[in-house]
Amino acid sequence: MSTDFTRRNLIRAGVAAAVGGPALYYGGRHLLLPPDYRSVLGAGETLSYSAQRLVTSNQSLAREFPRNQISKVAVVNGRAPTDEVYRSWLTSGFNGWRLEIEGAVARPSSFTLNDLKRMPAESHTILHACEQGWSFIAEWRGVRLSHLLELVQTQPGARYLVMFPIPNPQEHTGIVRLFWDSIDMADALHPQTLIAYGMNGGDLPPDHGAPVRLRMSRQLGYKNVKFLSRIVVTDNIEQFGTRGGPGTWYGGI
Amino acid sequence: MRTDNSSATLDRRVPAAPALRREPLGQFSATRAAQTPRHTAVVRITHWIMAASILGLLATGSGILISHPRLYWGETGSVYTPSLIDLPLPMIIGPSVWNRPIHFLFAWMLVFAWFAYVVAGLGTGHIRNNLLPYKEDLGWRRIWSVVSHHLRWKRMSTDQAGIYNVVQRLIYLGVVFVLFPAVVWTGLAMSFAVASVFPLLATSLGGFQSARTLHFVLVSLLLLFIATHLAMLVLVGFGSHVRAMISGQHPRESRSAP
Repeated sequence: MSTDFTRRNLIRAGVAAAVGGPALYYGGRHLLLPPDYRSVLGAGETLSYSAQRLVTSNQSLAREFPRNQISKVAVVNGRAPTDEVYRSWLTSGFNGWRLEIEGAVARPSSFTLNDLKRMPAESHTILHACEQGWSFIAEWRGVRLSHLLELVQTQPGARYLVMFPIPNPQEHTGIVRLFWDSIDMADALHPQTLIAYGMNGGDLPPDHGAPVRLRMSRQLGYKNVKFLSRIVVTDNIEQFGTRGGPGTWYGGI
Repeated sequence: MRTDNSSATLDRRVPAAPALRREPLGQFSATRAAQTPRHTAVVRITHWIMAASILGLLATGSGILISHPRLYWGETGSVYTPSLIDLPLPMIIGPSVWNRPIHFLFAWMLVFAWFAYVVAGLGTGHIRNNLLPYKEDLGWRRIWSVVSHHLRWKRMSTDQAGIYNVVQRLIYLGVVFVLFPAVVWTGLAMSFAVASVFPLLATSLGGFQSARTLHFVLVSLLLLFIATHLAMLVLVGFGSHVRAMISGQHPRESRSAP
């Protein structure tokens, strides 16, 4: 008797998984599909993205560490630009630089570094890891991206944010790698997602993306665009592509 | 009917195959072989999906590892901090970019095949009958006799062909129910998104870098299993046993099951 009972239950569970899986897939289609789901690696990308979007919420926070655990050396792969414009920005304290937010927003705006620093600030001491495998702990200070999105009033239906770095005249050298990238609203509105202008108690160092960079606690290093200059809110990511660099769009798992 | 409690327990332990146990085993292979396949269809299909995904995971995992072939303990680690293990490999930046997403694709394949294997294995009694060791075999003396038998290069007697011995059973169970879940666990512990919901996945292991190091150690154990598995196949007849895993037919001159 016990054998039949178990077997029947297992078959039921199997059928539920086989039917429930696709139902969930199509039901949540508009929130659970990454923009590159049709790519060669789309199946794995979609499974990882949808599984994580189902499991995580706006309340799932990355671990925070005490300040005494901040790493002595914060590793960098892509160095800061060395062109004239960037160097003059560095000496003038980024005078003339602005962060523009446009696209599917009611009030397209641009902010100076001082504008951002006058907004409600917060710090997060979290783990930063490269997809290569190395990691360090650092304290990042900045304004919540969700606060900026409230100010510009994103339109309902807007699903993605395309993050553009400052123009890079040294693109051809390959040493300075300023990739644009895009993120979804779940990452953008997360309470630990900052537009960071400070690091470990000081200004954001040039190599780490001065004047400001994106800093998400649940993503790998390469998704956190440095040297930000423009954010485009959109419901149509296809017109941009998904990201400027190599690799898949959702770097998660 | 169930007056005796101990016999009820015994019934549950070896329920479907009393004949398999008490019947002379030579007779078993003669009478049952024609009817029952060496491996059921689910076992055959999931075996090859798992084999293919593990091959893919090893290849892409190596691609990720060579991007930073240093292993650490704790939360942090980089070229500027001391390492726990320094693999004698060059550090090549780049391969991880495309190897990571392919790695996850194979990981999903492996997880789905594993799940199908376990559900079907529990449902059909494959795990209980073929993998769960007999109670009387679970002693160091019995286990050592199997090991020493192999070490003295003796063939298993033909009446034991087609039935896993206690060492095989323990190793297969260990791979399926300990090694695979542990590899997935350490893999998930490296995901910041997953760890934001289940921080214990990472903290219980000592941190992000510890999870990465353990992932590598567990995969090394898996490689040891695969090497042994393949070596045993070669010893008992590679072709016929691979064919048995494809078609389900019993290997002709079966000396022991790998």
